Amino acid sequence: MRIFDPHIHMTSRTTDDYEAMYAAGVRALVEPAFWLGQPRTSPASFFDYFDSLLGWEPFRAAQHGIAHHCTIALNPKEANDPRCTPVLDELPRYLVKDSVVAVGEIGYDSMTPAEDTALAAQLQLAADHGLPALVHTPHRDKAAGLKRTLDVLRESDLPPDRVVLDHLNETTVGDATDSGCWLGFSIYPDTKMDPERMVRILRVHGTERVLVNSAADWGRSDPLKTRHVGEAMLAAGFSDDDVDQVLWRNPVAFYGQSGRLSLDITDPGVLHEGNSILRGGE
Amino acid sequence: MLTPDPPPDDPWITRLDKALRDRLGDTARTWLDEALTEALNEATSPAPAAPPRWEARFASAGRHCVRREPPHHADPEAAEAARVLILCAARADGATVTRLYEHGTAAERRAVLLALSRLPLSTDGHAGLPLIEDALRTNDTRLVAAAVGPYAARHLDAHAWRHAVLKCLFTGVSVDAVAGLAERSRGDAELARMLGDYARERTSAGRPVPDDLPRVLTLTQLSPLSADAPAGLPNDASAGPSGHASADPSPEEA
Repeated sequence: MRIFDPHIHMTSRTTDDYEAMYAAGVRALVEPAFWLGQPRTSPASFFDYFDSLLGWEPFRAAQHGIAHHCTIALNPKEANDPRCTPVLDELPRYLVKDSVVAVGEIGYDSMTPAEDTALAAQLQLAADHGLPALVHTPHRDKAAGLKRTLDVLRESDLPPDRVVLDHLNETTVGDATDSGCWLGFSIYPDTKMDPERMVRILRVHGTERVLVNSAADWGRSDPLKTRHVGEAMLAAGFSDDDVDQVLWRNPVAFYGQSGRLSLDITDPGVLHEGNSILRGGE
Repeated sequence: MLTPDPPPDDPWITRLDKALRDRLGDTARTWLDEALTEALNEATSPAPAAPPRWEARFASAGRHCVRREPPHHADPEAAEAARVLILCAARADGATVTRLYEHGTAAERRAVLLALSRLPLSTDGHAGLPLIEDALRTNDTRLVAAAVGPYAARHLDAHAWRHAVLKCLFTGVSVDAVAGLAERSRGDAELARMLGDYARERTSAGRPVPDDLPRVLTLTQLSPLSADAPAGLPNDASAGPSGHASADPSPEEA
């Protein structure tokens, strides 16, 4: 079972997690920029975080045989803090980077005017940079939040097939499907979705345009939930091909729209030994 | 296709340009031509405020310099070579390399580190030193390996250079990456002491001593006045086997 976790916050995870993920079949992941539990108070703090998503974390992942890409954005929660909103002005220099495969996580948290502004601005940045967008749907007042999200999306330059609506559940999957966007489901131990409910949704809606992620972070979460969904699908009678579509081909297709997805895992050891082209210049 | 002239009087850049073009397909070669033209033009008539266009090329080299053969997988070595050439064509100065390093991905930072010794930093010869020091503070071995090149050999003081060598041994970066290793190690009693202490620490913990350590230790034991030490010094009996012993450390700018 090859697994691409399309949403996981590895910054908060240990090397034990990387080892367990590799053993479970994870070979690629996308780490979206989000908040860190502790609110940040200055743009510089974001920039160090973005740099780690573009430098240190891919290095850690490669040591464990996992290809690491990221999404970059000002998250909706911190978009409400005027000390953090200057981050929006600096996003373009990050959105050109090779391993940035989407703008995200964007969307709504408390559905404030500041979040409206940040969401619309970042959807435009995605369109301008040829990137898809990872849109977080709010945990509180989720159905209304999705409706408002879809209104903003319709007014944007970004077509729905370049958007994934994440953290969906039984109450929001219908409207999300009708929107033409990709459908993201986060599988958690206690909240969000669980593997059995995920299988029920897959039975009704099929496997097209569905992304399943662990969204594991610093809270109670489990980086192996993607694998658990694959096993639950097989137990429920889905084929190996169905599992491969949901856990590998769908995320490859979605993030592949960036033109920047590189699933070769470069062994960090290779470049220590020098660069054969540069040596040729010597 | 009009190929921009490389900066004059550096045959290394000319050879690198050719080696990279030999590796790339037509689309990537065209992209490289455009990138180098932009970098050359900006070098002669700098843009007033906004970052020059070639900096976007520098960032995006990884998705353009891909393998010639379908399905055109990423080619990190080619992207790195392209980034070095772009920096050289732009004659990037101290302020520029600092900005690109500070805003760069790990791959971009490596290219900056590798290009430092080829860039006209003459008005501020130490401008690259903080970048080398930053890279040596990381535990990212890609950056450590790129930091210990000719620029570090020329500019790091004795204390920092010794710690750089030790960092390579600690993190598993081959000392083949260390430019000027034989020259700077020769007769360095303090480096010899540090290596000996490290070897004892490893041995007393029941852990193996890095293969490269005896090799560097041997270099330190050569007389500083001796002019006959070869660059690729063979190991003596105390050094034990090492697969790297005959590698050419490429003295300085080679």
